[in-house]
Amino acid sequence: MKDWRYWLAEQRGTLLAFGIFIVMFTIYTSNHPAGFTANVVQTASNKGVLLAFVAMAQTLVVITAGIDLSVGMIFLLTNCLASWLVIGTGIETAFGVVAVLGTGLLCGAINGAIVIYGRLQPIVTTIATGAVYFGIALLLRPFPGGSVNEDLADALTGRLFGVVPASLVALLAIVLVVWVPFSRSVLGRAAYAAGSSEMAAYMSGVPIRRGKFAAYALAGLLAAIGGLFLTFFTYTGEAAYASGNAYTLFSIAAVVLGGVSLFGGKGSAIGAIFGALAFRTIGDLLFVFDFDPLWQPLFQGVILLIAVSLGAFALFRVRNRLEWFL
Amino acid sequence: MDGAVPLFRMEGISKRYGGVRALEKAELSVTPGSIHAILGENGAGKSTLIKVMAGVVAPDEGRMMLDGSEVSFASPAAANQAGIVCIFQELSLVPELSVADNIVISDPPKRFGMIDRKAQRRIAEEALARAGAADIHPLALVKDLPLSRRQMVEIAKALARKPRILILDEATSALTAADVAKIFGVLKRLRSEGLALLYISHRMNEIAELADQCTVYRNGRNVASYAAGSKSDNEVVELMIGREYSHIFPPKPVRAPAITAPVLEARKLSWTDRLDNISLTVGAGEVVGLGGLDGQGQRELLLAFFGVLRGLSGQILIDGKPVAIASPAKARRDRIGMALIPEDRKTEGLMLPMTVRENLSFAALDRLSRAGIIDRAAEQRLIDEMVALLAIKTAGLDIPVGALSGGNQQKVVIAKWLMRQPRIILLNDPTRGIDVGTKQELYQLMRKLADQGAAILFYSTDYDELIGCCDRVLVLYDGAVKRALVGAEITERALIASALNIHGEEMKVKGMAKTPARGADA
Repeated sequence: MKDWRYWLAEQRGTLLAFGIFIVMFTIYTSNHPAGFTANVVQTASNKGVLLAFVAMAQTLVVITAGIDLSVGMIFLLTNCLASWLVIGTGIETAFGVVAVLGTGLLCGAINGAIVIYGRLQPIVTTIATGAVYFGIALLLRPFPGGSVNEDLADALTGRLFGVVPASLVALLAIVLVVWVPFSRSVLGRAAYAAGSSEMAAYMSGVPIRRGKFAAYALAGLLAAIGGLFLTFFTYTGEAAYASGNAYTLFSIAAVVLGGVSLFGGKGSAIGAIFGALAFRTIGDLLFVFDFDPLWQPLFQGVILLIAVSLGAFALFRVRNRLEWFL
Repeated sequence: MDGAVPLFRMEGISKRYGGVRALEKAELSVTPGSIHAILGENGAGKSTLIKVMAGVVAPDEGRMMLDGSEVSFASPAAANQAGIVCIFQELSLVPELSVADNIVISDPPKRFGMIDRKAQRRIAEEALARAGAADIHPLALVKDLPLSRRQMVEIAKALARKPRILILDEATSALTAADVAKIFGVLKRLRSEGLALLYISHRMNEIAELADQCTVYRNGRNVASYAAGSKSDNEVVELMIGREYSHIFPPKPVRAPAITAPVLEARKLSWTDRLDNISLTVGAGEVVGLGGLDGQGQRELLLAFFGVLRGLSGQILIDGKPVAIASPAKARRDRIGMALIPEDRKTEGLMLPMTVRENLSFAALDRLSRAGIIDRAAEQRLIDEMVALLAIKTAGLDIPVGALSGGNQQKVVIAKWLMRQPRIILLNDPTRGIDVGTKQELYQLMRKLADQGAAILFYSTDYDELIGCCDRVLVLYDGAVKRALVGAEITERALIASALNIHGEEMKVKGMAKTPARGADA
């Protein structure tokens, strides 16, 4: 087989998510009253990148065969924190951004430390830490409020050269700065190896713990970037419990749509990003076809079910029934 | 030692797992530029010895010397650093990663802090070529490769780590004959380059071709070291025999041959490359043993009867009538009445956190309930009966079964199935890791059930048990029945010789065209 066919096989999940997104987005824009204009793309981008960041965060943890149910809460916590800190002069704003990102990194690192060194299950750990993070967010912002450096916010949510949405460029930059180096580093490979077969990875002398720790910590960082952008869009901080939970669950949906295996070891954050964008587009589609927004959760659910069923076909080929349970 | 300085020495190594001693003051000495074969029957301690060497298992006592200075390894990575690389029989490849990713996994080439994919590709291609497996594409995912290719990747991965001591633990067990020839060429070249190679195999012809030095282990000790070719196969088998007879077996009935019609019968069962045209019968009141080296298809055969395998060809007959058994639930139905005592009681036999009572009644709940409601009184009666019959020692029926000793846990697994009064009982190495007292009770029970008319198919890795318990023993090799031993023919010598596939009195070594399945344990 030629190299490109292996590449294609490896990227199948990502390409499928990309395809689903393109199809949905084309249908959306061609039915939109305004059509494919910079304005429409900018609005879609600004709505989509938030979930894309949180889904990237979820991907890192899911690759290690874990799950992070606190990403939505880190997203809220950093939003509330940013509504206090990312304000004032240039220096003050920069300091605020660093503090917000540092907080996200710390939240992720705490998750990682508990899961890896405390040997607790990821699901339980992150439910608990997520509640703690939400509690802190609530203390920071008992009521919605605060403000943000509006120049920075407008720059990052507007358009570059009048056409390209700045938020999309930011997303691309984060992919290049965070995801690409991680996925190509030894730590990233350790995270994949640990998710695929922790025992084989251990037997091969792979730094499993450091790899998993890096994945959790970076997940916190990515969720914080999402939180920062939420602040840029809304100009306020709000500890909205339902919204945090929705982001957590949608991030898992986006990851699955993006071809990332919940069993670990397989998938890419790029796929998860397209999964997130596609998931967001479902709502827009309902809008252009004049459906009642009440239909949205139902449609999202159906699309998700169809996507995950595609992944279950492999079970038909199993010849030893005990392998169903592995 | 005639002048050759040992590169690596192990002295007085002991290791116990609970009450089982795996190694007892074992010694090993490895010289550079030679191939050293390690021999021994199932459970002789070979695998544990290798695991100690490779940093997987820490020894209870003893010391290891590398280049004359004492060393200890906290992890496989530490052993790798010292130049000891092991190819384990349980493959250590990460399935979702590519071949190239796997080959460089312990020390990937880096550039600007990131993995250098070009260099990685080059290293992988070189290593694959060195292993004689240039046909494997470096970008293929390991999970998509067949077992024989994976084993070649495993060998390439070991070579990429530039070992000084290379350990091959049944590394050729899944390879095709063509691959074995290639690998032998590679191993001989490595020997001439000055590597020390440890070679563990059950195939006498491979050892005859490759080894310079042989060491035989028995009961966790090294019993003999000799230059390869200085002993006949016969003498080698003699050295491997000699386990202590510590078990007491109930007397076997003297039976006229073939008076009973078979209850369980297999005709030409085949499944993937693991079962090859197996035909057998088990009559009522008969205990039939499955012998042979570990991993020759015995487990798969039991699973095939129990309805776990898909795509099985051939026929299974119960009471002479062909049946299709599509799941364990169907296998246990009264019409068939089959029970399987699994090998791994902790995962396949018991729900450890649940109570003894719940575990006992799981398999029989349908018989104990009416319209979906469990008849508590009937359940209690049956449970009391079983606890008494098997003498299960437990502080109470409502404590988690995980709190019982290994022997008593195994009794619970057996009792659970006896509650259904099965007519056909399949046992998959049921005495592994349990104490001698409980073993004896199980032997008595097995004979008692047979006397009550059950047909029993009993796989054991312990030859003494097969000799002591079975009316007949079928020896499997490479997924096929190679020999049937009846009555007085069941001796340790015959079992070992046929397990190694050495034929007849002259013990001729048969050249192997195809190769047996993986997973032979030691």
